[in-house]
Amino acid sequence: MFEQLSDRLTATFEKLQGRARVTDADLDEALRDVRVALLEADVNFKIVRQLVATVRERAIGEKVLESITGAQTVVKIVHDALVEMLGGEAVPLATADKPPLVIALVGLQGSGKTTTVAKLANVLRKQGHHPLLVAADVHRPAAVDQLQSLGKSLGVPVRTVSAERVADDVAAAIKGATAEGRDTVIVDTAGRLHVDAAMMQEVEAIIRSAAPQEVLLAVDAMTGQDAVEAASAFKARLPITGLVLTKVDSDARGGAALSIRAATGVPVKFLGTSERLDGLEVFHPDRLAARILGMGDILTLVERAQEHVDEKEAEAQARKLLEARFTFDDFYKQLQQVKKMGPIGDLLKMMPGMGGLAKQLPDPQQAERQMTTIEAIISSMTMQERRDPAILNGSRRKRIANGSGVTVSEVNALLKQFKEMQNLMKQFGAMAKRGKLPKLPGMPF
Amino acid sequence: MSIDAGLAKTRGSFLSRLFGRAADRPVTPEWLDALEETLLRSDISVSLVDSVMLQVRDVVADRKAETVPKVLAAVREALVAVLEPGERALIAGTGTPRVILVVGVNGSGKTTTAAKLAKRLRDAGETPLLAAADTFRAAAIEQLEIWAKRVEVPIVSGTPDGDPAAVVFDAVQAGIARGNTTVIADTAGRLHTKGHLMDELSKIVKVAGRARAGAPDEVLLVLDGTTGQNAIIQARQFTETAQVTGIVITKLDGTAKGGAVFAIADELKLPVKFLGVGEKAEDLVPMDPRAFVNALLPANG
Ligand SMILES: Nc1nc2c(ncn2[C@@H]2O[C@H](COP(=O)(O)OP(=O)(O)O)[C@@H](O)[C@H]2O)c(=O)[nH]1
Ligand SMILES: [Mg+2]
Repeated sequence: MFEQLSDRLTATFEKLQGRARVTDADLDEALRDVRVALLEADVNFKIVRQLVATVRERAIGEKVLESITGAQTVVKIVHDALVEMLGGEAVPLATADKPPLVIALVGLQGSGKTTTVAKLANVLRKQGHHPLLVAADVHRPAAVDQLQSLGKSLGVPVRTVSAERVADDVAAAIKGATAEGRDTVIVDTAGRLHVDAAMMQEVEAIIRSAAPQEVLLAVDAMTGQDAVEAASAFKARLPITGLVLTKVDSDARGGAALSIRAATGVPVKFLGTSERLDGLEVFHPDRLAARILGMGDILTLVERAQEHVDEKEAEAQARKLLEARFTFDDFYKQLQQVKKMGPIGDLLKMMPGMGGLAKQLPDPQQAERQMTTIEAIISSMTMQERRDPAILNGSRRKRIANGSGVTVSEVNALLKQFKEMQNLMKQFGAMAKRGKLPKLPGMPF
Repeated sequence: MSIDAGLAKTRGSFLSRLFGRAADRPVTPEWLDALEETLLRSDISVSLVDSVMLQVRDVVADRKAETVPKVLAAVREALVAVLEPGERALIAGTGTPRVILVVGVNGSGKTTTAAKLAKRLRDAGETPLLAAADTFRAAAIEQLEIWAKRVEVPIVSGTPDGDPAAVVFDAVQAGIARGNTTVIADTAGRLHTKGHLMDELSKIVKVAGRARAGAPDEVLLVLDGTTGQNAIIQARQFTETAQVTGIVITKLDGTAKGGAVFAIADELKLPVKFLGVGEKAEDLVPMDPRAFVNALLPANG
């Protein structure tokens, strides 16, 4: 999400760092670039102005113009200012003194509230909680159906409310939750504009009677300059406790999150990272600042790997790989695991120093597509063929090509690649045995 | 965007000559800053804003325009000129039924826009048919079915998790059989960054052409008016995949101005055809560049 911003800033800093000494003009130019980069990333114009002014002031205060390390100092000043804007540590979800914990989702139309409700329920359910969902969006056609269908797929109950008594019915659902063995209640509300007086009154009434510990504002990551105005208006009327930044899997540059945090002080708590119900991540401001500045986010990567990769399986596969006993079947399993971790491009960007590599790859989307092709080819092979590709004669190859909707030459290419990889691994394995290869630390695959 | 050209257009205006003197507020540096803020705040891309401001400062320095009303009018004309080109009416199409695909990212307002458009056409005496081809999002089909009932337009629905291209195909076939004038197909929200979903969209486009040669006639990209600079990237990607023919900007009943669309019109030469201004069936209005610019840059600047 934040890559373009990070690219722009990196380029600016590189230019600056190429100078022996930072002149007045250099500083001006760098700050002009910073301004454009932030505006292109949808950072609110007022905040951009403030940030640029702060950086200039500090730069002059730290005498960067006279110092030999002036460039580095400017970089550090911008970095610190960004981190300040994003907030420090992750802010955990509130807890209830007495169950149930009540969470309400509010926000503009189409910001992703309903999906987020289901994703939160999924996270909490996995942590051993027993959530109850309340479908209080009585305005958008089929919004209730949507939540009911999501609840069904999660195995989480959903209460509906009557359009005439939304606030009362929500309160009643919360009241009955404990007796039904539910320790968390998540309330979905209708999307509304902050300038719609009647709708803002409605949500005020809901929040008053639901008395949630957590009122989360869902914000589309692609939002532009309006983000601050809308969020501030919601904050003025409701006790907003956190933001959920949704659709982060777009290539939006994320300035809205930065701006809202800076303008309202409300912390970002979660990121929505896919349409799937497991696409919700805890937000780590400190890690994000590092990602913006191209330092990678190895922590998130390791966490994702731990969540999705079976360690024993990974170890067994690594051993097989080095002993060249690695088959197409193992390969297939590995593809499945990598896929669970998210798009390849994202994974690469999270690895420190890999941001550049991700860019060199022809195109992460293409890599993703290639992966799908490989998967299709392997799944058209019989078990026997997967274990022993040597038996793949012309007619078998043709059958596989037909089955997976590719050409025979694509099948041939994959077989050739696989063979080359096996050979390479054989050599690696031999070297490892002789103790020539250091153990790769913490590599999940 | 040319301020000079904008200036030329306003110079001869009878009204500006008449009222020009009364409002001879001189341009001050503070006013220029405020103008820049107004433009940036509306999500006009920073490169366009910078280019406008550079020209404005030149024009002021060269004493070609020194008063607020004159500069403002020139900027407005320049902005209008960006949005003017292109055909803003719906494309008539090369066959019957005309096929309109509604595409865009998640939550931008596609389903609502499809329904609003159906109502517009019906009110204009056409016999539209809706196609619920968002088979992915939970209850998306029900949502359009409720709308279809509301606007009294028939609908062909897919099945949850079914093939969206097949729904479009069936709807166009049904439209041919029943003599509908237009088929409006609602599609699932997809982020332009998701290769497989964009592939699915290009398949939908292809299959529409198989159902009726030359279809789709119109591919409307629905952009959320609150979207910032990402709107330009969305427009680029969707145009590449699905040959977008027009833009609809929604949610302009809030405080967002939808200024990202200037860069889209400028770069991709895509006309903005409709604006979404509310959640009711009648809240879809044809784009009027002048009114759009006036909303963004009010008279007193
Ligand atoms: N205020 C306002 N809301 C809109 C407008 N167009 C759509 N919406 C709302 O935005 C939300 C998402 O719309 P929907 O049509 O379901 O989006 P889709 O996911 O793109 O199909 C719904 O709550 C709509 O009522 C508009 O012009 N103004
Ligand atoms: Mg929809």
